[in-house]
Amino acid sequence: MNFRKIEEYIFKILMLTSLIIVLGSLIGIIAVVLIKGGAAINWEMLTTTPKGGFYMGGGGGILNAIVGSIYLASGATVLAFFISIGIAIYLQREFTSDGAAGIIRASLDILWGIPSIVYGVFCFIIMMYLGVGTCLLAGIVALTMLEIPIMTRGMDEAIKMVPSELKESTYVLGSNRIETAVKVVLRQGLPGITSGILLAFGRGIGDAASILFTAGFSDHIATSLFDSAAALPTMIFFLSTSPIPEVRDRAYAAAFVLLSIVLLISIISRLLTNKFSKYIIK
Amino acid sequence: MKISAPQIVTKDLNVWIGKKHILKNINIEIPEKKITAIIGPSGCGKTTLLKCFNRLIDLTDNVRVKGKVIVDKENIFDPHIDVIDLPNIRKKMGLLSQKPYPLPMSIYDNVAYGPKIHGKSNKEDLNKKVKHYLESAGLWNEVKDRLKDPATSLSIGQQQRLCLARGLAVEPEVILCDEPTSALDPNATRKIEKLIMKLKKDYTIILVTHTLRQAKKIADYAGFIYFGELIEQGPAGEVLVKPKEKLTMEYIEGEFD
Repeated sequence: MNFRKIEEYIFKILMLTSLIIVLGSLIGIIAVVLIKGGAAINWEMLTTTPKGGFYMGGGGGILNAIVGSIYLASGATVLAFFISIGIAIYLQREFTSDGAAGIIRASLDILWGIPSIVYGVFCFIIMMYLGVGTCLLAGIVALTMLEIPIMTRGMDEAIKMVPSELKESTYVLGSNRIETAVKVVLRQGLPGITSGILLAFGRGIGDAASILFTAGFSDHIATSLFDSAAALPTMIFFLSTSPIPEVRDRAYAAAFVLLSIVLLISIISRLLTNKFSKYIIK
Repeated sequence: MKISAPQIVTKDLNVWIGKKHILKNINIEIPEKKITAIIGPSGCGKTTLLKCFNRLIDLTDNVRVKGKVIVDKENIFDPHIDVIDLPNIRKKMGLLSQKPYPLPMSIYDNVAYGPKIHGKSNKEDLNKKVKHYLESAGLWNEVKDRLKDPATSLSIGQQQRLCLARGLAVEPEVILCDEPTSALDPNATRKIEKLIMKLKKDYTIILVTHTLRQAKKIADYAGFIYFGELIEQGPAGEVLVKPKEKLTMEYIEGEFD
């Protein structure tokens, strides 16, 4: 065997190892959650709120956290969508010079890198200042801040991929910039935009640190924006720190629900992407 | 060249992109309802000139334009013209580009796009328009049963004719063709050439082309651009066959070598 063949062989092994590490982790996580949480999953767990002594092994379920998580992540995703789509459209060169767009993109990347606990503390301080305690609204605001950079950069990349000739051809038809952006650019970028939205939703629903201080925790389902609300990540956090093994298993059940939601979202995102891709030019 | 009523006239048109002087003192007259071919080697400014006619040049980075482009007695580079008015200038000029870029929607919506944004959205009217312009572009019979299909499902030659129909639906006065057949096979090319010849009855056509044969076949007038300068313009029979300028002669002969 000559040197180049050995070299190629070594690199093949390295790449295969990386693949096995990633795939193995995914399978491992799913397996652990299924094995540990499977036993604790039952109808009551999914459809009732915690009863007295739930955290000590008593009856009830995690419905408060499931609903809370859906409220928090959906609310944040909707808010983040309206802000992000505006930024992403504005970042096009028809509206913003390349220099300014570069600065905005760099800022968004820095925001993306900020740990979510910082967003949590930041929102907490604002809420304290405004005299509002922990509540659903505060959690939504914190998650929105967390989601905006992710969503905007995802949309921005999708919009950047739209061929400039396609935009030109709509200007030739007499479109103004807004018509082109809304009717053509967003449509052409739709697959990428959709996955940007769902990626942000997935990130939002899974984050514990930013809602720990802001949304608080409650055994009841929130009925207004100013109620405290539980969420799956915080529920997992509280349950998994319990000394009682059965209660710790409930943390895995909650993790299983969270995992299912995230999985569902990524399947939906793939289906939507395929559906939208039919119309766009490659 | 003496043209009684030119549709487009440029006066000392200069274009710089960055530090590069792309177009130098262009004075060209485009006759109404004729096909004017613009020939010249690659990168000599032919496409830039086309982009000046519909002010698509505005979208280029670091661009500076000096001089006048007069369309229907109005200088479209007049400093008083606001960005808001650009769509109305561009509306007058259809464009057929090198590669078709159908809009990311159905065949029907591609043609209906123009009429819709210009505020004619009566459904029945729209149906009639779509049919009419698809017929003008010689595409109706091929697509009448699948108007709701994505435009991307068409072959590239059909897409090019769809782009033509889409442009015609805006009711332009001029059609700018930027090497419209360079991505097409000979059969699709012939169809486009035939269409262009048919359309000159109603539209002023400017055809940028690399193929002299195409220019000779369909053009009435011709202009030769060489490194940003308009060397010669006149009836196609003169410019493309027995040009007055030595440079034009060399280019034409080189092409046929």
